[in-house]
Amino acid sequence: MGIYLPIAEISVNVFVLLAMGAAVGFLSGMFGVGGGFLITPLLIFYNIPPAIAVATGANQVIASSVSGVLSHMKRGTLDFKLGGVLLAGGIIGSTAGIYVFAFLRRLGQLDLFISLLYVVLLGTVGGLMLVESINALRATRSGAAPVLKKSGQHNWIHRLPLKMRFRASKLFVSVIPVLGLGAGIGFLSSIMGVGGGFIMVPALIYLLKVPTNVVIGTSLFQIIFTSAYTTLVHATTNQTVDVVLAFLLMAGGVAGAQYGAKAGQRLRGEQLRALLALLVLAVAIRLAIDLFVTPPNLYSLSSASLN
Amino acid sequence: MAGPKAFAAAILLSLLVAAPAKAQTPLTEGIQIGLSTDNVSITAGFSGADLTIFGSLENPDPLVARQGRYDVIVVLEGPPKPVVVRRKDRVLGVWVNLDSETFENVPVSYSVATTRPLQDITEPNSYKQLSLGASNLYMQPADAGDNPATIEEFTAALRERKGAAGLYSENVGGVQFLSQNLFRATVRLAPNVPVGTHKARAFLFKSGLFIKESSAQLEIRKSGFEQSIFRVAHDYSFLYGVFAISLAMLTGWLGRLIFRKD
Repeated sequence: MGIYLPIAEISVNVFVLLAMGAAVGFLSGMFGVGGGFLITPLLIFYNIPPAIAVATGANQVIASSVSGVLSHMKRGTLDFKLGGVLLAGGIIGSTAGIYVFAFLRRLGQLDLFISLLYVVLLGTVGGLMLVESINALRATRSGAAPVLKKSGQHNWIHRLPLKMRFRASKLFVSVIPVLGLGAGIGFLSSIMGVGGGFIMVPALIYLLKVPTNVVIGTSLFQIIFTSAYTTLVHATTNQTVDVVLAFLLMAGGVAGAQYGAKAGQRLRGEQLRALLALLVLAVAIRLAIDLFVTPPNLYSLSSASLN
Repeated sequence: MAGPKAFAAAILLSLLVAAPAKAQTPLTEGIQIGLSTDNVSITAGFSGADLTIFGSLENPDPLVARQGRYDVIVVLEGPPKPVVVRRKDRVLGVWVNLDSETFENVPVSYSVATTRPLQDITEPNSYKQLSLGASNLYMQPADAGDNPATIEEFTAALRERKGAAGLYSENVGGVQFLSQNLFRATVRLAPNVPVGTHKARAFLFKSGLFIKESSAQLEIRKSGFEQSIFRVAHDYSFLYGVFAISLAMLTGWLGRLIFRKD
């Protein structure tokens, strides 16, 4: 069944989009990530213009994050204060990102920049995760006890000024890295259409030493608001949010997420991480190939009314 | 979906009052086209259509008409818009948009119907003077000081891309004479035909000489649910953004209620 997307201005197949949403939702439920980093490249592969894929991806991330946060609120694994400070940083980063986005679009370099960011970030994160999970898998096979990171260990981040106490996370840390992390994720959110969970989660665990059980809930909490802000700004400055497209993805996504979460409980942590790493790397490689392969048309047209 | 009938334009007959018997000197020929409607609505599922435009010659010379030396070219021209043409080049192995050229007042679409192949109707030079035909249409560079070779290269690319998108098309034989005076032109509306004010123009040639031009305006708009969304997204973008966010939050919440597994 075909449907015409009002903003993207192309006809697409409803079932392809629902399936895409459901598949990504399933994976995001399984791995505890928002799925924005998969949705946006998939939309680009499906010939949705990158500017619209990004803005709509941000909109779709809200739905999956709300659905995830609700279960964390019920379990009490959410640090509202930490989430609030991350969010303040997120708003600043997202605002900067929107300006860069509009500027690159005017230059005609937006598509390239989005692809490059994806290749670099997904390649790095996927590669690191793969190495880490393979090491963990080897360690368990050889019977050695897994090396646990001690949460009490201090690094340079803990010597910064302006310290603040986050009770739910049992953390006493400077607000500078928290704001900075929030701003970085906000920036990526507005340019890449991702929630940023795949960077936020490891950063909170390894850099700020936030206890793992509150990390995902807190990350999802702040992602809701950063993505909402990003969606709003994209809607007002670039008119690139396609609500029909977003809704189809969400509808598939929220259903898939709940089944994915259940399936995820049956797999072991390091197996799960290795699978996610392979998936992330596959997306990165696919995007990288497109950068190097000679395009069928060297010339492209775009409207010049964006001055 | 609007069928071809919706586009059927009214027949505008010229006054076929019997010519005064004593008229010796032939009157100058004229051309008229008419549209039954000044606006066309297309829905979301629009997959392209043919638009029929009827027209008539005024005071045709019966002898010339019988020898088929009258030619008509009908053009449906979309609204003019500035366009940037970009060329990708390799930088460290990666394809990057490097050079670009901006053109002003480029018709978004340009659909031509003719009685015969363009090269058989008149000289290339008169097409250039009239800026007539997709390959002769004058593209005005925003910066006329650019290298002429570059401008030429990007102009060709612009025409090629527009043609590939189906926006610039030619329908040879698309204009047919139904009688000595009356003709029917069939121009193609591409599936991605742009909305806005389109201009239908008819050019009359007699033995290769340009005689007269006539034009009419046609508003093409999209209708239906999708178009309302598009309009809201542009006219009330803040409210639209708030709506998109609320919809996402509601979907997330409902999704958890309906599909929860814990």
